[in-house]
Amino acid sequence: MKPPPFMYCDPESVDEAVALKSEYGNDSLVLAGGQSLLPMLTMRLARPEALIDINKIGDLQKIERRADILEVGAGVRQYELEDHPLVGELVPLLPEATGHIGHIENRHRGTVGGSLAHADSAAELPCTAVALEATVVVQGPSGTRTIMAQDFFQGWMTTALEPEEVLVAIRYPVTPWTAGHGFVEVARRVGDLALAGAAAVVNLDEDGRFTSVSVGVLGISDTTVRASAVESALIGEAPTEENIARVAEEIVPSVTSGDDLHATRAYRRHLASVVVSRAITAAVARAHERSNGK
Amino acid sequence: MTTSTAAKYGTARRTVTMHVNGRDVTREVSTRTTLADFLRDELDLVSVHLGCEHGECGCCNVLFDGHSVRSCLMLAVQGDGHAVETVESLSVDPTELHPIQESFAEEQGLQCGFCTPAMVLRTKEIIETGHEMTDAEVRHEISGILCRCTGYQNIVNAVQSAGAKLRGEAAADGAAGGRS
Repeated sequence: MKPPPFMYCDPESVDEAVALKSEYGNDSLVLAGGQSLLPMLTMRLARPEALIDINKIGDLQKIERRADILEVGAGVRQYELEDHPLVGELVPLLPEATGHIGHIENRHRGTVGGSLAHADSAAELPCTAVALEATVVVQGPSGTRTIMAQDFFQGWMTTALEPEEVLVAIRYPVTPWTAGHGFVEVARRVGDLALAGAAAVVNLDEDGRFTSVSVGVLGISDTTVRASAVESALIGEAPTEENIARVAEEIVPSVTSGDDLHATRAYRRHLASVVVSRAITAAVARAHERSNGK
Repeated sequence: MTTSTAAKYGTARRTVTMHVNGRDVTREVSTRTTLADFLRDELDLVSVHLGCEHGECGCCNVLFDGHSVRSCLMLAVQGDGHAVETVESLSVDPTELHPIQESFAEEQGLQCGFCTPAMVLRTKEIIETGHEMTDAEVRHEISGILCRCTGYQNIVNAVQSAGAKLRGEAAADGAAGGRS
């Protein structure tokens, strides 16, 4: 199998990549890590006139702290997210979730921006972006704009990116050190796309009650779902096993995926509340560890 | 297509120079050629096996700048200026196998052999992390490569045996003040 013919462009600056995107619009595709795009090309599911390879753009490969924000360039490889000390210290949910993406061979090439732009509803990075209330930075011919992750993902493999824009970075708010995080997913086999998964970040007050809860859920709908009903029902509650399990049921109405080859709709509805419950429980345990370590 | 874009990028072929198995090679390639096809068809490095050709089986695994990657999910042009290692780099002489290759032979870690080059390269990468691994850890680390014979236990044994040999060598070198 080989990809269809295309004009291969390998710009060395974001400006040039944007210029190419402006020129070719929907007739072009951006090649980042290629872990999803290359199969689409070789199976002829995608036939771009121009392929814009952004791997030579050094500006897209930075990981930087700016005050309370961790900014990760779109071209940063996924394995770097797992290994980078700054990421583990400032946004510990990220390395944990990233370890679930495909296999290490995929993470050596796959990029942060590529996963976000591809917007697979079963993918880990879109889910963590929503749970962490991250902001996506895109650049077009008239400059850059920022989009909340929640608004960036619009549907099945559909984002708010305009045809002439390039995703350049993602900004993660630094997680308070007292917060706890959890990431859980269930897949048929290690490395496969998850049937369902959840990312949670929680804060507890001095009495041990929830002051904030943030949960993203993957694999249950056309796009990542923010578990708002679960979040609001837990605020002010004590994090008991019963409370968490009961409130996690609130995710069930958000499961819109039907039966497929891998799971029935009924099983996914069950699984959704299980992964939400487990992710919150893991986050609470971490928050306790941190407060005890004071 | 504007004239300037066409002038800069509008050709379907490009010359690439890649550092493959320790030597620089320069070839003109079609820009849509995958790295896997380039290694096999242009350089005759037929240890790079193509199973699924969409990133599922891992049999086309090569070391790209020292990291395991699926060569079917890259374009040959993306290798320009980079280093690629295939299993042919370990030993060209069947009577002088690399310790990892020896271990795969001794432990029967190769059945039909289709996944073996990828497994051997991945083993090299795992061993370079320097720590001893349990069965479960090895299984996790090689999970990106599918053995079609499903003879995984022998592969796990081979990885561990090779690791012990190479760590022993490194320790002996250290004790002797390093090999000159």
